[in-house]
Amino acid sequence: MKALIAMSGGVDSSVAAYLMKSQGFDCIGCTMKLFDNKDEQISQGKTCCSLEDVEDARSVAFRLGMPYYVFNFTGDFDKKVIDNFINCYEKGMTPNPCIDCNRYMKFDGLYERAKVLGCDYIVTGHYARIEKHGEKFVLKKALDSTKDQSYVLYSFNQEQLAHTMFPLGELTKVQTREIAEQNGFINASKPDSQDICFVPDGDYARIIEERTGKVYPKGSFVRKDGSVLGEHKGIIHYTIGQRKGLGISAPEPLFVLSINPHNNTVVLGSHEDLFCDELYVSGFNWISGETPRGAFHCNAKIRYRQKEQPATVAPLDNSRIKIKFDEPQRAITPGQSAVLYDGDVVLGGGIIERNDYEQI
Amino acid sequence: MIYADNASTTKMSITAINAMLPYFDNIYGNPSSLYAFGQEAKEALEDCRARVAACLNCEPREITFTSGGSEADNQAIISAARFGAKKGKKHIISTAFEHHAVLHTLKALEKEGFEITLLDVHTTGLVTPEQVRDAIRDDTCLVTIMFANNEIGTVEPIKEIAEVCREKKVVFHTDAVQAVGHVKVDVQEQNIDMLSISAHKFHGPKGVGVLYAKKGIPLTSVINGGAQERGKRAGTENIAGIAGMTAALEEACKNIDENAAKTIPLRDRLIAGLDKIPYGELNGTLEKRLPGNVNFCFEGIEGESLLLLLDDKGVCASSGSACTSGSLDPSHVLLAIGRPHEVAHGSLRLTINEEFTEKDIDYIIEAVTDVVTYLRNMSPFWRDLVNGARPHVFAK
Repeated sequence: MKALIAMSGGVDSSVAAYLMKSQGFDCIGCTMKLFDNKDEQISQGKTCCSLEDVEDARSVAFRLGMPYYVFNFTGDFDKKVIDNFINCYEKGMTPNPCIDCNRYMKFDGLYERAKVLGCDYIVTGHYARIEKHGEKFVLKKALDSTKDQSYVLYSFNQEQLAHTMFPLGELTKVQTREIAEQNGFINASKPDSQDICFVPDGDYARIIEERTGKVYPKGSFVRKDGSVLGEHKGIIHYTIGQRKGLGISAPEPLFVLSINPHNNTVVLGSHEDLFCDELYVSGFNWISGETPRGAFHCNAKIRYRQKEQPATVAPLDNSRIKIKFDEPQRAITPGQSAVLYDGDVVLGGGIIERNDYEQI
Repeated sequence: MIYADNASTTKMSITAINAMLPYFDNIYGNPSSLYAFGQEAKEALEDCRARVAACLNCEPREITFTSGGSEADNQAIISAARFGAKKGKKHIISTAFEHHAVLHTLKALEKEGFEITLLDVHTTGLVTPEQVRDAIRDDTCLVTIMFANNEIGTVEPIKEIAEVCREKKVVFHTDAVQAVGHVKVDVQEQNIDMLSISAHKFHGPKGVGVLYAKKGIPLTSVINGGAQERGKRAGTENIAGIAGMTAALEEACKNIDENAAKTIPLRDRLIAGLDKIPYGELNGTLEKRLPGNVNFCFEGIEGESLLLLLDDKGVCASSGSACTSGSLDPSHVLLAIGRPHEVAHGSLRLTINEEFTEKDIDYIIEAVTDVVTYLRNMSPFWRDLVNGARPHVFAK
C-alpha cells in the first residue's frame, strides 16, 4: 500500500511518517508550500511552511528513506483560505482559517496529488482517529484529549475518510516526542506551531490591510440601545467577547457583543450580555453523509479550546442546523465553527452564522 | 536514469575533476602567502586567469573569480549602478525574463532610488537592438540583458544590442551563465563590457564563476575583507574550483561546434516528438536557441505532477526555475513571453547535451507522452477543455 505523508517539518507529522514506514507502507513525503513568506519577517519556529520547516521535513524524509516533494499550493491557498479569511472579517465575523486549510488544501488538493501518484492513503500528524463502523467510516477524538484536533477536521466526507490515516490518534504528545528522540529527528524538541501561519506576529489586521489595500473606516462603539460610547478603529480589528484594546473608559467592564458592517458599528455591553443559548450554523457537513431526520440531543463545541456542551440540535433545510444549548454559552462567535459530538464521535460541523443574517 | 536537466547543473568532466585534484593535497598553499609554497598556488591562479581570459578573448586582469553566476551578476550590476550614480545616472535597462540573480538585484536598487526599465521579450523570447536604442536615456548607466535564457533557451542578439550600448556610451552587462561553453562568446567581437559565468553549467564544479569587466569599469566589492582579486573580491581563492572551471571552459570552448553539431539534431528530434502531443507548444523561437534546450507548455497539465511522474519513470526534468525550497512557482519567463497563467503552470523544460543518444530521446518522448495522457485523463480541467466548457489556449 502506498501512502502520501503530509509533512510540515514539525515533530507530529515526522513521527506519523515514521510510523507509516515502520508499518510497511510504501511512503512518499511532501510539504505543501502555501504562501510566500520571503518578504515578511517570520519569527522562527512558530509557524509552518517556512524554508527551514521544508528543510526539516526533507531531512526526516531522507532519514526515513522516502522520496520527498514540495507542492506549490500558494495560488489555491490565496483564493480558498486567505481571501475567505479576509471576507469573513469584512462581514464582521471571526474566521478559523485552519479549518479551511484542512478542507481545501490537505484533504482536497493533496487528495488530488495522492491520486496522481497512485497513493492509497493520505497521512497527517493530526491527533484524531478514524474507525470503520460497519459500512461507515467515523471520525473520532484523539485518545489524548489534551491534544485532540478533531474539531478542525469536521469537513471530511466518507470517501476522504476511507483514504486518510492519522497514526498519532492513539498517542500522547509525550509519546510522540519520545519516538522522535529515539529516532534522532532534528525537530524532536521543536515547539508546536501556535499562530495562524500567514499571520506570524498575530497582527492579522495589518495583513488584511496590506493584501486588500483598503483602509477600514473608523466608526462608533455603541450600546445595545444605540447610544454612542466612542470611536473604533475599523471593524476588522474586533472579535466577539473581546475586552482588551477597546480604549473605552466606562464604569463597568465592556465586551464586544456584535460587529455590524452595514452601519460600521461595534456593539458593546456587559459580560452577561455575552451569553446566549441559541445559534444557527450553515454549510453543515454530516460526516456520515446522511442528515438526521429530526431534532436530537448531543454535545456541541463552538470554539477550538472549549469543552463540548450539551445541546439540542435541529437539522434545517439547505445544510443549516439550529443548536440550542442546555445552558447559555459565552461569546458565540459568527465565523467560528460549531462541531457536534456523540461521545468521541464527530458527527459533523459548519460555520456559525450571524444572528442578523438578513441585515447584511 | 536519464538526466535531462543540464541547464540546472551538469556532471563534471573528467578533465575538470583531474585539474582540481592537485590543489586539494599537493598544492594547497594560500596564494596570498609570502613563501614559495603559497606562490605556487598563486601562479596556478594567475595561469587560470590567463586561460579563462583567452577563452573569452579579453585580458587576464579583466577577469575576477567569484563564487558563481549569481555573485557575478550581483557584483556587475551593483558596480555599474554605483559607477553611474557618481555621474548622476540612475536608470537601468533590462528585460522581464532575466534570472532572479539579476531581477532581485535590480529590485534592491529600485528601492534605493534607481529607475528600472524592463523590456518586453515578445512571444519569441527575443529582445531587439531597436528596443534597447529606444529605451536608452541620458541618465542610463547600465543595460543588462541575458545572453541566453535559462528556461526557454532563446539566444539574444547580444552583439547588436551591445553595439547600440557602445555607441550610446552605456555600460553593457550580460548574464552569460547559460551561454558560455554552449554558444560562441567573444567579448571583444561582441562589444561586451561585463559578463557573468558559472562553471557548473559547462561540466565544471559548483561554487565558482567569473565576472568579466572591461578595464575602465570600476568594480564595487560585494564581499569585503582581504585584498584578494585586486581588492575586488575578498576571501581565500577557491583554487581547486577555479582550476576545474578553467579546464572545463577550455574543453567546452574547444568542442563547442562539435558538441552543437551532435546536440542540435537530438534537440530537434525531441521537439518534433513532443510536438505530436496535442495542445502543447514549444516555448521560445526554434531558430535562435541553445543547442540543448527544449521547453514545452501543455494544456490541462500541472507541471508539478508532470515532474513527479517523470521522476518515477527515471527522467529528471524541470518546470519553471528551480528555487531553494524545491517547489515551483509559475515561471516569470513564461509569463513574460505571454503564456497565460494556467498554461505557464504546465510547462516542461528538458535540457540535454552531446552525450544523449537517439534512444534516450525516444524514451523521453514516450515517457512525456504517456504522462501527459495519464494526467489529462484524470484532470477535471482537461475535461472542461475537451467538452468545450473552457476554451483551448493552443490551436492544436
